[in-house]
Amino acid sequence: MTNVFIVVISFLLVVTLVQLVRVGQLLGDIRKKDFNIVTESDNKRQSFLMLIVGLTFLTSCVWQYFAWNPLLLPSASSEHGVIIDELMRFTMILIISVFFLLHLFLFYFLHKYKKSSDKHKAYYYTHNNKLEFIWTIVPAIILTGVILYGLNVWDRITNADTSEASVIEVYGKQFGWSARYPGEDQKLGSYDYKLVGGANALGIDIDDENSLDDKVTRELHLVEGKPVLLKLRSQDIIHSAFMPHFRVQMNCVPGMTTQFTFTPTKTTKEMKMLEGDDFEYVLLCNKICGVAHYNMQMKVVVETQEEYDAWLLKQNTLSEKLLTQK
Amino acid sequence: MSDHHNETFLSKYIFSLDHKMIAKQFLITGMFMGVVGMLMSILFRLQLSNPGESFAVLEWFLGEKWAPGGVLDPNMYLALVTMHGTILIFWVLTAGLTGTFANFLIPLQIGARDMASGFINMLSYWFFFAATVVLLTSLFVETGPAAAGWTIYPPLSALPQAIPGSGLGQDLWLIAMTLFIVSSLLGGLNYIVTILNLRTKGMSMTRLPLVMWALFIVAILGVLSFPVLLSASLLLVFDRTFGTSFYLSDIVIAGEALHHTGGSPILFEHLFWFLGHPEVYIILLPALGIVSEVISVNSRKPIFGYKAMVISLMAIAFLSFIVWGHHMFITGMDPFLGSVFTFTTLLIAIPSAVKVFNYLATLWRGSIRFTPAMLFAIGFVSTFITGGLTGIVLGDSALDINVHDTYFVVGHFHIVMGLSAIYGMFAGVYHWFPKMYGKMMNKKLGYIHFWVTFISAYGVFFPMHFLGLAGLPRRYYSNTAFPMFEGLTNINEIITFFAIVGGIVQVLFIFNFFYSIFYGTKASKNPWGSTTLEWTTPIERIHGNWPGEIPTVKRWAYDYSKPGYDIDFVPQTESLKEGEEEH
Repeated sequence: MTNVFIVVISFLLVVTLVQLVRVGQLLGDIRKKDFNIVTESDNKRQSFLMLIVGLTFLTSCVWQYFAWNPLLLPSASSEHGVIIDELMRFTMILIISVFFLLHLFLFYFLHKYKKSSDKHKAYYYTHNNKLEFIWTIVPAIILTGVILYGLNVWDRITNADTSEASVIEVYGKQFGWSARYPGEDQKLGSYDYKLVGGANALGIDIDDENSLDDKVTRELHLVEGKPVLLKLRSQDIIHSAFMPHFRVQMNCVPGMTTQFTFTPTKTTKEMKMLEGDDFEYVLLCNKICGVAHYNMQMKVVVETQEEYDAWLLKQNTLSEKLLTQK
Repeated sequence: MSDHHNETFLSKYIFSLDHKMIAKQFLITGMFMGVVGMLMSILFRLQLSNPGESFAVLEWFLGEKWAPGGVLDPNMYLALVTMHGTILIFWVLTAGLTGTFANFLIPLQIGARDMASGFINMLSYWFFFAATVVLLTSLFVETGPAAAGWTIYPPLSALPQAIPGSGLGQDLWLIAMTLFIVSSLLGGLNYIVTILNLRTKGMSMTRLPLVMWALFIVAILGVLSFPVLLSASLLLVFDRTFGTSFYLSDIVIAGEALHHTGGSPILFEHLFWFLGHPEVYIILLPALGIVSEVISVNSRKPIFGYKAMVISLMAIAFLSFIVWGHHMFITGMDPFLGSVFTFTTLLIAIPSAVKVFNYLATLWRGSIRFTPAMLFAIGFVSTFITGGLTGIVLGDSALDINVHDTYFVVGHFHIVMGLSAIYGMFAGVYHWFPKMYGKMMNKKLGYIHFWVTFISAYGVFFPMHFLGLAGLPRRYYSNTAFPMFEGLTNINEIITFFAIVGGIVQVLFIFNFFYSIFYGTKASKNPWGSTTLEWTTPIERIHGNWPGEIPTVKRWAYDYSKPGYDIDFVPQTESLKEGEEEH
């Protein structure tokens, strides 16, 4: 029944519209002027609207910033994240200023220079090389600064010193993550995708002696203040390991290993104090990967060295897991 | 050339060789696809604002299989997102925009009787039509349409085990895209040849209106970049069908270890984005061209810095070929390459800034007339500013790490590419409608259309930046799986509200368009007081465009409000007075 109503109402709306437009046109015919030619009062009304809507838009941008700022990510929980945040703040201040400035010019010009009478002529002004040179060179200089600053930060992130870092493997598959810790020998054992199966979900080569003490876990535990080198792999399709709180993201690509180095700086406990008790760090998938892409996650915990050691001790080694089954 | 040779319905409206009719075919097909793509976005917006809730409309559209109990199926969600992107980017904003205005305007504005090859032009449309049919067919196959995102990254797009959409749906997608590329190449070659060879006497390259320059450069971009997508797609077809390993390696899926080794999905990304980034400018440049015309005509002022406008178009086009890697900062590619791509990407901001400043300078001390076309052109300048600026964040590799593939990106490209291009298209339709159909579009409906669109479009896409800064990834079926995103539902509701309002108001445009074709008031020959050649043709829109001789061009295209003349425009066909400088 409601469907019938909807159809009838839409039909009536269209008919009303047709009749309204026709009436407008007939009125125009009677007054002997083209209904669709823009008049002086149109210009007045539209330029005024432009000013009002434009300023409302700019105000609403400010409102959105204040209303939704608390929902945004908290400040970075990693060393490189802090310099990314600084670069972000710098860039944001720059682009937001330009955004407001250019829009104010736009809305002001539109209001000020509306066509007001047929006698008034626009100013015939084709070009001004000096002016154009200035507004090419000024953005060029500003962007040089942005580029140099950005490349410096990029360089510091991607060339981070990995000699002290502990290596952890992060492994993605439809639709979950696991982590592999190297064990006491500090070496991850080799792998082959053809070995994947059963309990050996990561395809670890058990004949490699480095593998025996590796530990595969469902959570990613990290030590506060200690650099970590993530080695990322994928079992099936491209995933992306995204840890927004640490400003860390790297794709996991089948057939190759990618990596990312960073140092966490705030423990989960500290973050719970700052952000509330239900806060958890998380690693989520950020590359479309299938039906449960939106729920492909792994809990991340940052803790002190002692807590970390105690946790790691409790995890089974691969030899315990796989060989005992054999 | 006469209008009176025997024309059947078939030769006049269907298999027409006339560039004006072909342009209308592109436009109407593009509008139809635009409606389809927009409807899809509203369907998945319902899920995003009300995750897991039941909507009768979803079940009505998608059926029991894809929306059981009125709740959108997650696979269908991904399929809708994929098809929405594909349709809007390729079908509406590439073929619908360039196909319409290149075909319609090139012969009229350069003073030619038709395209260099009318037959190839017709083929271009019919390949596009075939592509449309194949793409729409894929909506009805059992495993659903392609669902790996419009970027179809393998292995997801290569393996039906990974997602149902990668079965027959993906095959049809690839066939449709191949047909589409053929259409685009046929069209592009025709545009280039026509502009180079068929300009009328006096129409030197430096006298071309800016929209001609834009369409010319776009055609070159398309001819150089689409073949790369074609080869990328062919290799993908080989991987999918013939067991090769161009993009696949070391994969275990659904419990089975596949035989593929030695390939790299990253290779596909490089090939894809080598097209994919120029494609962004293939979409944007025609809009830049159209907007340059519309702003100049309606400010009654010459476009400011014609030469700078042409050079910046060329600079943007050139740079667009060496920035593709900025889509791949976090694929694990060499960080040094990342630096290079950051550098080239941020350089694009310079010619873009020049364009914005020149638009503002054109408005300055103008005599601005607010036609619906002008309003959309103004909307374009605004979205080009807003969306362009957030590009400075995304193009910076270090900042990209944390906003890559989040809603920040979705907001950015919808504003700078989607909205800008669609505003350009609306501006073009409102502006050249009198030339296309000899009728005027209704002004008041145009005004309402603009204001509601402008407000709701910003209402949809501006808040997305905040979602992205909160870390919410794109292409998520729902934000409820993570406690950290729970607070974002309220923003999603706002977005969906504006999406629905913005969607509904497009009905006004479509109504206005078709109503005006049949019942609109008659247009005069040159209703906007424009200088360019298309407005010297008769209202009847005949084959061959001009009844007698093709006019000769005597001056550039932007003599508005020139001192020494009583009227505020001097057509290009008017001779220079003695002692008058061209500009």
